[in-house]
Amino acid sequence: MNILFDERLDGEFVHRDKADVLEDLRNTIPSLTLLHREEDLHPFECDGLAAYRILPMLVALPDTLEQVEELLKRCHALGVPVVTRGAGTGLSGGALPLEHGVLLVMSRFNTIISVDPDARLARVQPGVRNLAISEAAAPYGLYYAPDPSSQIACSIGGNVAENAGGVHCLKYGLTVHNVMRVDVMTIEGERMTLGSEALDAPGFDLLALMNGSEGMLGVVTEITVKLLPKPETAKVLMASFDDIEKAGRAVGDIIAAGIIPGGLEMMDKLAIKAAEDFIKAGYPVEAEAILLCELDGVEADVDDDCQTVRQVLEKAGATNIQQARDEAERAKFWAGRKNAFPAVGRMSPDYYCMDGTIPRRELPRVLKGIAALSEESGLAVANVFHAGDGNMHPLILFDANKEGQLALAEDVGGKILELCVAAGGSITGEHGVGREKINQMCSQFQPDELTVFHALKAAFDPQRLLNPGKNIPTLARCAEFGAMHVHNNELPHPDLPRF
Amino acid sequence: MTELAIHTADRDIADDLCEQVRSAYADRTPLRIVAGDTRAFYGRPVEGKDLNMAAHSGIVSYDPVELVVTVRAGTRLSALNAALAEKNQMLAFEPPIFGEASTIGGAVAAGLSGPRRPWAGAARDFVLGTRIITQEGKLLRFGGEVMKNVAGYDLSRLMVGAQGTLGVLADISFKVLPIPTSNHSLRLSMGLKDALGKLAELGRQPLPITAAAWHAGELFIRLEGGASSVNATKERLGGEPLSADFWQQLRDHQHAFFAPDAAKALWRLSLPPNTSPLSLDISDNDIFYDWGGSQRWVKTSVAADTLRKACQQAGGHATCFTPHTQGGAESPFTPLNPVVEKYHRNLKTELDAHGIFNPGRLYAAF
Repeated sequence: MNILFDERLDGEFVHRDKADVLEDLRNTIPSLTLLHREEDLHPFECDGLAAYRILPMLVALPDTLEQVEELLKRCHALGVPVVTRGAGTGLSGGALPLEHGVLLVMSRFNTIISVDPDARLARVQPGVRNLAISEAAAPYGLYYAPDPSSQIACSIGGNVAENAGGVHCLKYGLTVHNVMRVDVMTIEGERMTLGSEALDAPGFDLLALMNGSEGMLGVVTEITVKLLPKPETAKVLMASFDDIEKAGRAVGDIIAAGIIPGGLEMMDKLAIKAAEDFIKAGYPVEAEAILLCELDGVEADVDDDCQTVRQVLEKAGATNIQQARDEAERAKFWAGRKNAFPAVGRMSPDYYCMDGTIPRRELPRVLKGIAALSEESGLAVANVFHAGDGNMHPLILFDANKEGQLALAEDVGGKILELCVAAGGSITGEHGVGREKINQMCSQFQPDELTVFHALKAAFDPQRLLNPGKNIPTLARCAEFGAMHVHNNELPHPDLPRF
Repeated sequence: MTELAIHTADRDIADDLCEQVRSAYADRTPLRIVAGDTRAFYGRPVEGKDLNMAAHSGIVSYDPVELVVTVRAGTRLSALNAALAEKNQMLAFEPPIFGEASTIGGAVAAGLSGPRRPWAGAARDFVLGTRIITQEGKLLRFGGEVMKNVAGYDLSRLMVGAQGTLGVLADISFKVLPIPTSNHSLRLSMGLKDALGKLAELGRQPLPITAAAWHAGELFIRLEGGASSVNATKERLGGEPLSADFWQQLRDHQHAFFAPDAAKALWRLSLPPNTSPLSLDISDNDIFYDWGGSQRWVKTSVAADTLRKACQQAGGHATCFTPHTQGGAESPFTPLNPVVEKYHRNLKTELDAHGIFNPGRLYAAF
């Protein structure tokens, strides 16, 4: 199941000679920084999905919008594909370069243009880091809500492209809920403003469409985000369970009690152990599962809610409930969770992080399915779960130096995503499809639905020059992928509609 | 999924609707998508054969613990709201109801949101997924019934506010939220300038405000949340108690301000938060500030271009709520910038090649 770009399946391109393209761009945009030597291209060969690496034909590092505009116009005229990249922290290969394409790196656009505390808005360039926005807003008691785990490094342009989430999505929404306006450049180099500083804009909601479009419809050049007042207080409860299904049911019970926690996270035994060995967060290593439940808001309400949640957890069979005594302990509880990925990374030479979502009620069934896949493959799986919003991050442990293990891990990962789809969920909650899950898209969508996606793409980029091969598979790829799986007769759900 | 009938007439007629669309596509017959027809005043009039969605009604599935409801487009808002309230939940975007026959499909197609919008989010923010009938009469599913889902383009949100010009909304899945346990509404005598200043100041603090309006010398505020914070904020803000009905009357245009006036058209101005009063020749009594000042209802005979220019300069836009036949603007929606319009046309061409879906409802060209 090779996911690297394959023109036979993913669509053909005009092949331009690298030297010709370089000369053309140097002549038309003399001020543009262009990297072309192999040693200069290597740092850009992958994003956060490091298992896949491709040297781009050229890397462009523009400093001005005029350079971006000219670059897009030239690439459009030459038929050269363009892959846009920010900080390169994406986990699904959304910024994986193309051998015959230009990699447009937006990281030099890293200015916070303005913070308006009265309107509670910040205008920023796409290369600004997610956390830098909250830091700039902090003096006014404001912050930017979406907080992907990579928030120290990831840039807001990429957050828009991927519709990034984080641990506070259930209450505060994803990127799409927190972006007011984007300036976009089309593949033809035209400039468009979508959305506005007002709460809506005339016409179709192209702003919503742009969020999560993975750089396939335009290049985001400026973003206006909504800022929220920092909650007066945040308190976190940690509950231990001797059975992961009990923990899963407790999540539903908290919601059923009418409480929407700021964060509600679950970790299984393997993830708890990994995090505890690494961070010493004070996690109970003997527990089968823990829940971290953060309640934020006005002090008095939070105290009331803590009481309610404590009762719910007790009734749900928690073996131990601990409330962080102070801010330092709260930070420690979260540090374990936020470092769960690198913690698991210490236990195994490599790990593969999945990102499926499911209706919460399906959790026991899906966990059983994952356990069976783990046993069958011999690869351990640690489960980290944004339990409040049904977003699972199973981490498959493997050793890439062992023959066939990467392929096996990918195979297990693909089957986990198919379990999620069969449970009524999705193959990706927040990491995006990128290149990584291009084949699993064929499980989630029928050919007619994929055809509508292609029509939408054609409205913006009929020549398919912006980030081709990502996000939406061709029907040819699905036919090939589907055929391969049916041939091997190893589908976890043979009753799923396929083609 | 369990079938939860609201009343016995509920049924799934998607197959029949698909057949009607297929036939319209084949004959190039424009369709006027309609159910309760309570929002016919909103947007440009559509000439076409009725595609009646009213019979496609009922809740398909509702799991309060998942915070998700899936409902057929022809379901009445009153019925859906009642079903959710029974489980102590709500559509947090408070869709306006302009008549008992108002349906959820129409609410999503119009994309309008009530007083809670600046604090909770808009209609599009709560749409998780849809089943859409395409131009070729195919019933396709986009998005889903989970909170987070970034697979493929967000076609479901694109449909919100598109007024049926890109496809037919058959079923819609929403994120729902618990009804806050405690609420209190209040009124304060206060001039406009002071009121806007106060709202900016309050907006920077974590207070349980979920609606704020100003009209004729009074600031109106709704508090919702936990009992402790609502009570504390109520003590702090003071003022006179206000009936909770006030917000529903404002939402549904039942408030006396919205009584038809033959000489003036009703406009909705959408402006950035904290925008100063616009320099327009309109009496304060003919302006109703909602959404903490971001949405302003205006009754005026001022020309559309003048209003739109003032709004555009402030970073917003203006929509006319009075039909052209009753003295409103010929183009109810603010004209689009040429590049943005180009991509609207491209989208319309891709998703509705023969212009069969509510042609001209948003803009004459599509």
